[in-house]
Amino acid sequence: MTSTQSPEGREPLVLGIETSCDETGVGIVRGTQLLANTVSSSMEEHVRFGGVIPEIAARAHLEAFVPTLRRALDTAGVELEDVDAIAVTAGPGLAGALMVGLSSAKGLALASGKPLYGVNHLVAHVGVGLLDDQDGAVQELPPNTGALLVSGGHTEILRVGSLTHDVELLGSTIDDAAGEAYDKTARLLGLGYPGGPAIDKTAADGDAKAFTFPRGLTMPKFVGTAEDPGKHRHNWSFSGLKTAVARAIEQFEKAGKPVPTADIAASFQEAVVDVLTSKAVRAAQEHGITTLLLGGGVAANRRLRELLAERCAAAGIELRVPPIPLCTDNGAMVAALGAQLVADEVGPSALDISADPGQPVQRISV
Amino acid sequence: MIRDGEILAHRQVESTTAHTEVLAVSVRDVLAEIGVDPASAGGQLEAVVVGVGPGPFTGLRVGLAAAHGLAGAWSLPLRGICSLDSLGLRAVRSGVRGEFLAVSDARRREVYWARYAAGSGEPVLVEGPHVSAAADAPACAAVGAGVGLYPEQLRLPHGLHEEAAHWLPDAAEIALLAERPGAPYREPLPLYLRESDAKVPQQMKKAGA
Ligand SMILES: [Zn+2]
Repeated sequence: MTSTQSPEGREPLVLGIETSCDETGVGIVRGTQLLANTVSSSMEEHVRFGGVIPEIAARAHLEAFVPTLRRALDTAGVELEDVDAIAVTAGPGLAGALMVGLSSAKGLALASGKPLYGVNHLVAHVGVGLLDDQDGAVQELPPNTGALLVSGGHTEILRVGSLTHDVELLGSTIDDAAGEAYDKTARLLGLGYPGGPAIDKTAADGDAKAFTFPRGLTMPKFVGTAEDPGKHRHNWSFSGLKTAVARAIEQFEKAGKPVPTADIAASFQEAVVDVLTSKAVRAAQEHGITTLLLGGGVAANRRLRELLAERCAAAGIELRVPPIPLCTDNGAMVAALGAQLVADEVGPSALDISADPGQPVQRISV
Repeated sequence: MIRDGEILAHRQVESTTAHTEVLAVSVRDVLAEIGVDPASAGGQLEAVVVGVGPGPFTGLRVGLAAAHGLAGAWSLPLRGICSLDSLGLRAVRSGVRGEFLAVSDARRREVYWARYAAGSGEPVLVEGPHVSAAADAPACAAVGAGVGLYPEQLRLPHGLHEEAAHWLPDAAEIALLAERPGAPYREPLPLYLRESDAKVPQQMKKAGA
């Protein structure tokens, strides 16, 4: 799985492009060595809407692409002609946003004569786990690796046998992504956007036990048993939670009492993090996962890291959390996965590939 | 692919939804037809030209993103041309004289239009591009797919073949326009003409009020 100890410069130099949501990311790696990770975000433009607006994100990607690419090349100290392959997120993600990155990547690949790799965004989140650590030590994908990915756009648990050949979806959200639930709840509480950091901060002064908010899909009929699993044993649902928060706020407003924002934020956060971690750890245990990698923007959440670390330790699972700039959407993760595909001699993509907003995890490259 | 006013190679694919799939392949095919290796085309070409709309947003971005990629990798200048100029050129070359509109479909019961004067063999932009209902466009003869869509409000110039009511912008004309001295270049960014129609959610308004 890991690259061989080849001499400097022999490992593939890969450019990665990511535009699946609101971050325009260009990253450059040489094998497992990170050379550049440049991200330009349109987050500010979404603030007044309290969530990502696809058309605004797509417009921003087009304007940010060329400058972001230039900065990444400068940071890495390479030129496009030095690159061995161009990797780009083909899906899953927002259709219009994906198409900007994919079309740019095709133009670059065609005009430079470099092979194009259209890769899976979710698997790319796992790919950063293989980048050398800060001391330059080479990381390997341990046997029985799993990944918990939590962001504004997705919430999944994966089993990763091989980054290039064997990825399986164990569970996912059936409605809102966890980060989306944070955004919507922050909106209800008037805490602003993005909701994750806003709620995390407010929750620090609140009582997490003040309210008992629902944990979605935890009833026996959904969960079943290890031997006879229910349909949603490893899935999440966050839409009911949002409704419960709205009702709680309403009751205070109707009674003319001040809304206990900090307590609601803390109790909401506890509900999200509790159900996320308990289901993830159970899925991991039942699939023989012994190392769990955390990815996605919500990996920055203080309480999620704390409780996940606690529960993983209790279950004998090693938890790995990459540096936060590599957890949020970025081009380096796409480049990292691209480098693995090149090293494993997986063939490049055709020039007529489509963006696939619902790309399943098994389609590691298209 | 254009040299000295001559079309060397040309592709047009009739699909309003598959731009991402067919565009790069079309560029590759055009280069292959004139025997140019894509990886070394930067040394043989002088510029990349792209139609910047107005038109459907997603398709516009696909074209512009690819053009930026190509121009960047080839280290060539990237020129934008208003897509309606293509219809303007075709009209003038088809013998239209005086002032006329080039009109395309803007969906939502509206059209994109620009007003041109037929100069000496070339369209000269007088006004636009704008987006409006067909009925609100200036009352003069018009060409382009907008005429076919709104025959009650728009009419072709006298003597022009009925097919001019279905004309769509074409890359060859965009390139021909760009090759002329004093070409009407624009920033290589989409001419959206419309804001994204995102709405601030009710709850946000309340919180902000
Ligand atoms: Zn992501």
